[in-house]
Formats: sequence, C-alpha cells, structure tokens
Amino acid sequence: MCANGMADALIQATGLQKSFGGSHGVRRVRAVDGVDLRVSLGEIYGLVGSDGAGKTTTLRLLAGALKMDAGQASIAGYDIQKQTDQARAQIGYLSQRFSLYEDLTVLENIRFFSEVRGLPAREWKPRCLEILEFVGLAEFGGRLAGQLSGGMKQKLGLASALVSRPRVLLLDEPTTGVDPVTRQDFWQLIIRLAASSEPGRVCVLISTPYMDEAARCHRLGFMRHGRIITEGSAGQLRATLTDRIIELRGTPLAQLRRLAAEDPGAEDVRTFGDRLHVRLKEPQAQAFIDRLQAAARQASVQLEVARAIPPALEDVFMALTHGEE
Amino acid sequence: MEAPSAPAPQPAIRVDNLTRRFGDFVAVDHVSFDVQPGEIVGYLGPNGCGKTTTIRMLLGLLVPSEGRATVLGFDSARQTEEIRARCGYMSQKFAIYDDLSVWENLRFYGGVYGINDRRRLQNTLAHVGLAGHERDLTRELSTGWRQRLALAIALVHGPRLLFLDEPTSGVDPNARRAFWDLIYDLAAEGVTILVTTHYMDEAEYCHRVGMMRAGKLLALDTPAQLKEKFVLGCVYEIYTPALLAGLKALEASPRVLRAGLAGDHLRVIAKKGVEASDLGSALAEAGAPAQTIQPGEPGLEDVFVQLSKG
Repeated sequence: MCANGMADALIQATGLQKSFGGSHGVRRVRAVDGVDLRVSLGEIYGLVGSDGAGKTTTLRLLAGALKMDAGQASIAGYDIQKQTDQARAQIGYLSQRFSLYEDLTVLENIRFFSEVRGLPAREWKPRCLEILEFVGLAEFGGRLAGQLSGGMKQKLGLASALVSRPRVLLLDEPTTGVDPVTRQDFWQLIIRLAASSEPGRVCVLISTPYMDEAARCHRLGFMRHGRIITEGSAGQLRATLTDRIIELRGTPLAQLRRLAAEDPGAEDVRTFGDRLHVRLKEPQAQAFIDRLQAAARQASVQLEVARAIPPALEDVFMALTHGEE
Repeated sequence: MEAPSAPAPQPAIRVDNLTRRFGDFVAVDHVSFDVQPGEIVGYLGPNGCGKTTTIRMLLGLLVPSEGRATVLGFDSARQTEEIRARCGYMSQKFAIYDDLSVWENLRFYGGVYGINDRRRLQNTLAHVGLAGHERDLTRELSTGWRQRLALAIALVHGPRLLFLDEPTSGVDPNARRAFWDLIYDLAAEGVTILVTTHYMDEAEYCHRVGMMRAGKLLALDTPAQLKEKFVLGCVYEIYTPALLAGLKALEASPRVLRAGLAGDHLRVIAKKGVEASDLGSALAEAGAPAQTIQPGEPGLEDVFVQLSKG
C-alpha cells in the first residue's frame, strides 16, 4: 500500500533534471532534461534510446544513487529525496556497473547481497535458493561466480536485485552482450515477475538501446537528448505507421532504390540486406506499389516483391527523428 | 577468336573443415564455408560457441588443429602477415582517444599502419562522411559519429576484408542506417565484411547469416531462407489478459511447437496448418480466452532459438 493513495503508480516522477560537467573546460551537459514518468504495478516500461540519451542517469536518479538538480520522484509512494531509505527498500536495482565477487560461489554471492539488504539470518537460505531456482541457477550454487558465462552472470545479477522482494525493479541495460537465447530466458523471467499475481508482483523500468527489446515492453518511452520524445504501447506506436511501410525486392537493387526514392509518396528508403524498406508519407501502400510496378516495367527493373509489412519500432523511431540530423 | 573467359572469381574467404581443439575441448568443429568478395556475412552464436576462435584462425592469430582457411587468397596458417595487412577490425571496445580530435585519432592509427599520407587520411574521412569534422573533439561526438570514426580507423589502410564486432550496438536507428549505407557502399566496392553480433535486427542487415553452436556451424544462409527452413510452423501473436494461464495452456497443446511471453502478448509458433481459431478454442477451454489472435512474422530470433534448442 502506498503512502500517497495513488494505488497503482509504483514509480512516479515529474520534471527530472540532471546536468554534468561545466568545469575544467568540459562542457556542461544536460543529461536528463525534464523527464516525467509513471509506471504501474504489473507494467514493464522500456526506456529506449541510444547511448548518451540519458537512460542510465534517469535510472540512477530514480534509484536514489544520484541527486537530481530539479524535479520530484517517488517510489511506491515514498519520496526519493525526503524518504530515501524507505524508497530504496522498495527497489531492486541492477546497474550496468554491477559486479560480482568472482572468487565467491553463486550462493555465497547472493547470500552476501541478501545480508546487505538486511534479510534476517533465518530467511536468507530458503529465499536465496528460491530465487536461484527462479532464475535457473539452482544447479550452479556451488560454482565460482568468475566461472559463469556472461548470461549467467546477468541472471545472478537479477537474482541479487530480487532477493529482498522489491516491488520496483530498475534494470539498466541488463542484457548487453548477452546471447539471444539467454536474453529470451531473461525476458521470460521479467515478464513472469510482472504478470504474476500478488504478492511478488513487481513493476519494471528497463532501459535498452535495442528496438527488438523495446517491443517486449508494455509501454515505452523513446529517449533522446535527455528527454522522452514519445511514449505509448508498442502497438499504439506502430499503429502510427500502418500501411506506410513497404518491403521491396528486385534487381538491380540500386536501380529499384532510385525508383522508389523518386516516387513522390516516399519519405524514406533504406537498404536492408537484399531488400529495401520504404516509408511512405501517407498510408497509401497500394497506390505506391501500383506506381512502382509501372515505373519498374518502364525502366526494365525486375520487381520481385512489393508488399506492405507491419511497421517495426525502428521505423517509428526513424519517422519521429526524420530530418533531425 | 573468342577472348579467354575470365577465371572464376576466388572466394574472399574459403574455410575447409576448420577445427581447433584445446586439450579435449573442441572449440571449432569441422567448419566449412565460403564467403564471396563484396558479401556481408553475419556470424551469430552464444558466447563460447567458437565464433571468436574461428575469427582468430582466419586472422592467423591461432593455428588450426585440422583443416585450413584461405583468406583473400592467402593461407591463414602460413601467410598471416599478408592477411593482417589486408584486414580491418572495428570493435566497440576499441580505444578511441577522447582527448584527441577526429583528425588526430585517425592520424595516430594511420601511423600505426604506416599510412602518413595526408590526402589518404582525408579521403578516408570523406569516405565515412566525416569530412569537415577533423577538428571535432572525439569526446563530444554523438555515438553515430563515433561509430564512423571507428570505421574510418578500421579502413585507413584500405583493407579488402573488414571485421565488425557489434558495430551499431547502442546507436540510434538513424545513425545505424547511415552507418549501414556506408557498409553497403563498401561491399559494392568489393570489400568483404564479416559481422559478429548478438542482435537480430543487426543480423537482418547482412546478406547471409551464419549460426554457430558448440563449435559447429549450424546454418549459413540469407535471413529469408533461414526463416523458411528453420521456423517450422506459423507465427501467431495472442493478446489475452490471462498471460501466464494462456502460456501454460498453449505449452501443453499438441498443436503448438513453441510459446513464449512477449511483454503484453504471447508469441506462439504453431504447427503448420493450425488456424487461429484452433488456438482460440484451446485457450477458451483453459479459461484464458484470447482477445485477439493475429498472424506474426517469423524473425531471426525464432531461427536462433530453434537451432539452439533443437
């Protein structure tokens, strides 16, 4: 139950601001420039953006690991600046700089983290074993952490963040450098945590630079230059480009690309392996395809495939930032 | 009299039964493949699958236990200097000096390769679209521009084979697209490119993608062919409020090959011929009725999971 009566929002922040630098000849940078966020119980919110967009700084502000220059944030109703300890007790934070004690075993590592979080002595063992089971590391309790694969280390990191039963999970790019199969497993765990019924249900704020991961979140915010430039569910965001993305295959590809780019309805054309993706200005896929077929015939270009395809989040991002750089 | 026909072009890389053991452990297990000049090949696999060991053998940094590799016409075990002089390598972990300008970084690394010609360095910068940015401080470059500088450094000695390690990781889609346009231009000039990545959307940019597991090369083909051959059923996206109950029901169903959670919906690979309505009934019976069921597109990740889990 939350202190301020807003039953659902476990993470709530307005006007977050943080700048760095400004001395010794280093330019002052606004890393976070007025960010508002609201994440409810059971939700997985993805903060999506390239390196330098401000994701890590946002997470550190919410975790209370960094002081904000302006703004306000509360976790499970506790103000992060005025009730820091109570807020932090609700958080499981997996930072990018997370490190394990390589010379300790998996079980010793998680025991250490549970003790640091104040888990009472009689509770640590069953809780740690339960958590290791959940992340799929139960058989590896006795293995030295230094001998774990990258993916397993990340799972142990997740386990350490979960051991104190937080209601809020802050995960900073937890799957960087992790192979696709482990990444799938990791996401299954997170989604399960968010979907399970009370108790144990969490909300998750996860940052990622990868669009394919963004698609796994319930809601996402695209972050750029310290701001969230658009927000919504993956479905909502993709719907803005319905009937506007076309896949083309043909030979010669360079010629086909030129024809597509010359069409007045085309906003952007890009090459993608052996095919082209076209983004149209308006949702008029069939009209474009008809025109292109005629143009291809005239130019003796062989058009093999021309079809509207479901937009990807990458297309959405590119449409949003079109013409900016 | 007819002109003699040109000899068939040599592959840029030819690998034949390449094997490497470390004691009893077989890191690379009789791998064979060809890469043509100007091809962009992605190389995927879990950590420890033998990718890096394979690349080290191609670069002549490691001697094979069995088999051989020919890179740009040179034997990888015996002509390593010739190979390394013609290869470029670009990696995320590459040390670009933040305190130096773009020009100073390029000049430094050019010097390492013995390239001091000013005009050549300028051409390299122009080639990657950084002309005019010579005096920019590297520390203040956006990730997209940093990638280009790293690429320039990998290209400064005019290599014919380029290794890219997670080249656009952490870069926004516009910068990524601009970067890949550069790579496609290079490929069109005949430069061969090998990309290692963990990210499926990056792999989709490649002409062909190879997947490795436990030292074996499981497949090497175009993304489209891989999806056709290895995604054995039809993909459905199922929206239901009872996600976990729905998942359980579908995993137990004989009609389903694979089911997983995807944020706010379930992603299901059903046996060929299974209709959306069949899945709908299975869910309704289990008390987890679906709101919407729509067909989905197979992705490289599905291929990868299929090959890894069998």
